[in-house]
Amino acid sequence: MTKRILVLGALSEIAEATCRLCAAEGAHLLLVARDRKRLAAVAADLKVRGAASVDIKAGDLTKLDPEESLAKWAATLGGLDLVLLAYGALGDQRSMECDLAAAATLIDTNFRSAALWSLAVANHLEAARRGMLVVIGSVAGDRGRQSNYLYGATKAGLGTLVQGIAHRLAASGARAVLVKPGFVDTAMTAHIEKKGALWSSPEKIAALIRRAAEKRQPIAYVPGYWRVIMTLIRNVPSAIFHRTKL
Amino acid sequence: MHFQTNGELRSWGRVGNRVHQVARPRFADDVRRWHGFGQDGRLAVGNLRSYSDVCLSDGGRIVDMTGLNRFRSFDPATGIVVAEAGLTIDELLKAIVPLGFFVPVTPGTRFVTLGGAVANDIHGKNHHRVGTFGRHVRSLVVERSDHGTLILSPQREPDLFAATVGGLGLTGIITEIELQLQPIGSSQLSVETLSCGNLDALCDALEAADSAFEHNVAWIDCTAKGSNLGRGIATRANWLSDGALLPHSEPKRSMPTDRVDGLLNSLSLKLFNSLYHAKGRWAAGTAVRHYEPFLYPLDSIRHWNRLYGRSGFYQYQCVIPDSAGREPIRELLEEIAKSGEGSFLAVLKRFGDLASPGMLSFPMPGLTLALDFRNRGRATLELLARLDDIVASASGRLYAAKDMRLPPDQFRRSYASFDRFCSFVDPCCRSDFWARLQS
Repeated sequence: MTKRILVLGALSEIAEATCRLCAAEGAHLLLVARDRKRLAAVAADLKVRGAASVDIKAGDLTKLDPEESLAKWAATLGGLDLVLLAYGALGDQRSMECDLAAAATLIDTNFRSAALWSLAVANHLEAARRGMLVVIGSVAGDRGRQSNYLYGATKAGLGTLVQGIAHRLAASGARAVLVKPGFVDTAMTAHIEKKGALWSSPEKIAALIRRAAEKRQPIAYVPGYWRVIMTLIRNVPSAIFHRTKL
Repeated sequence: MHFQTNGELRSWGRVGNRVHQVARPRFADDVRRWHGFGQDGRLAVGNLRSYSDVCLSDGGRIVDMTGLNRFRSFDPATGIVVAEAGLTIDELLKAIVPLGFFVPVTPGTRFVTLGGAVANDIHGKNHHRVGTFGRHVRSLVVERSDHGTLILSPQREPDLFAATVGGLGLTGIITEIELQLQPIGSSQLSVETLSCGNLDALCDALEAADSAFEHNVAWIDCTAKGSNLGRGIATRANWLSDGALLPHSEPKRSMPTDRVDGLLNSLSLKLFNSLYHAKGRWAAGTAVRHYEPFLYPLDSIRHWNRLYGRSGFYQYQCVIPDSAGREPIRELLEEIAKSGEGSFLAVLKRFGDLASPGMLSFPMPGLTLALDFRNRGRATLELLARLDDIVASASGRLYAAKDMRLPPDQFRRSYASFDRFCSFVDPCCRSDFWARLQS
């Protein structure tokens, strides 16, 4: 069972729900996110739910130096069994098309920063010959579509990177998994009004992330039916796809 | 906070359709920042287990508090837990039962939030021993639109505390609760089951068991008539002093749809009640049971409220004061049996004489009867009005958390502190229940 866990972007709802599952199993947790007060609230909760220890580090992951910070945090935890990379922004596709500075920020957060953290974690795990990197991607990375292709592109890029890391680590004893959630009912998607049968709760996604972390597959769609849906969507001919409003 | 239109939010009775603007904050600072601005009506709600319109606000803003579901602290030495208002008893028990603690008071469902438990000053099967939930609340954090963040306790701001406990969410937004838990030696109870052939026998059994049992409640066959009127099954229980401390499991069954109307009709009710009574007679005696089936029988089926079909149902709960005796209960049961309506689980219990701390708390010493009625429109409302008259002439009262159509006059008359309560209402808080009382 996983014991020492580093969570990058610990205030995301999916990350917090995952942490609760790990806390109930008595994990040691180190949580990183920007807002110190909120981190403290999450940490206090996880302690009552059974975590053996919870440390918090308030900081902007897009600005911190991954290699230096990671070395420090791994020392705090006494080693890394699991690193969960859970941060990312959705952004507003329409406004980012005209506001390139906002587009750059999104690319910086979702791809540049997340990729560098993933690389730093991979180096650490490879050297330790054990441990696991779990990165939250998105089904939006499977096919570019007008309504969110910038977000999708950052997640596709990150996904390819994590896939490569999984390949690289395959022989080392360490592992990497890309988790691709479909629609999740969180603060990130609170503005979307109609929520139907394809929507999952963060708790459901968290349980599936826990399961994916124990399996051998480098890419996990959560819930699993998204693999089927995305296979279909990827294979719709452009002539038809371009007539949709997706 | 982001509000979005939601046409599906309903109370547990599922009667009617209303449209709300709903936001679901995750942190208390979100609520704090937003609550001080603007004057539009708002209502904080929990897990929507109230049957009535106390958790609805048609066309208004709803703050869904279930995202504030964190523990702040728990001290196993004292059994004091501090948690955000959106934490459910379900989640609380999963954490505290293995450590040898339980909530001091629980309703018949564990899927209520702590904030909702305070706002409705809920009671349980152990009311005769420990009183209502509010008696075990040490302090509250409340956001007021006019006074900001306030800490309330029986010692500090006692009046606003008494208004907020049982205050139906109208005195501000409760964000945090400090609660004294009860130590338990086992997650199992020793349960005694007794079959009673009529109302007198059932009431006698309830009275006799109060002193020796911590939990004491009766299921009553609301379809029985004549010499069988008021027959039922008394169940009483005590926690085992020693044993395993295992929390409950997730519900395995679920009612998938409300598209099947007429599932519960006069015939199926009669059949169910007779079978249940027969089963109770057969099971009479003492058995050891986990708290889950004993305290939360209906929680084993998710969305059981859909059994009543698309029109939903009315829940009715009254208390008849000791001074009026058993006669009013007999009259109520006669009226219900005559109608052929009523529910598959009707509950009779005695409230003890421990004072309720809230100005609008429902319990008072006497017999309380609770049951559901499928919504058949006017016929149901007329039946309930006849029951209202019996309750009113016995100087009893009705439970706002349960009653979608509680007559405003009757409510104002039967709650002595109602006028005092009004002066503590947050000027921005409103619910459909409150709007009805104002009109």
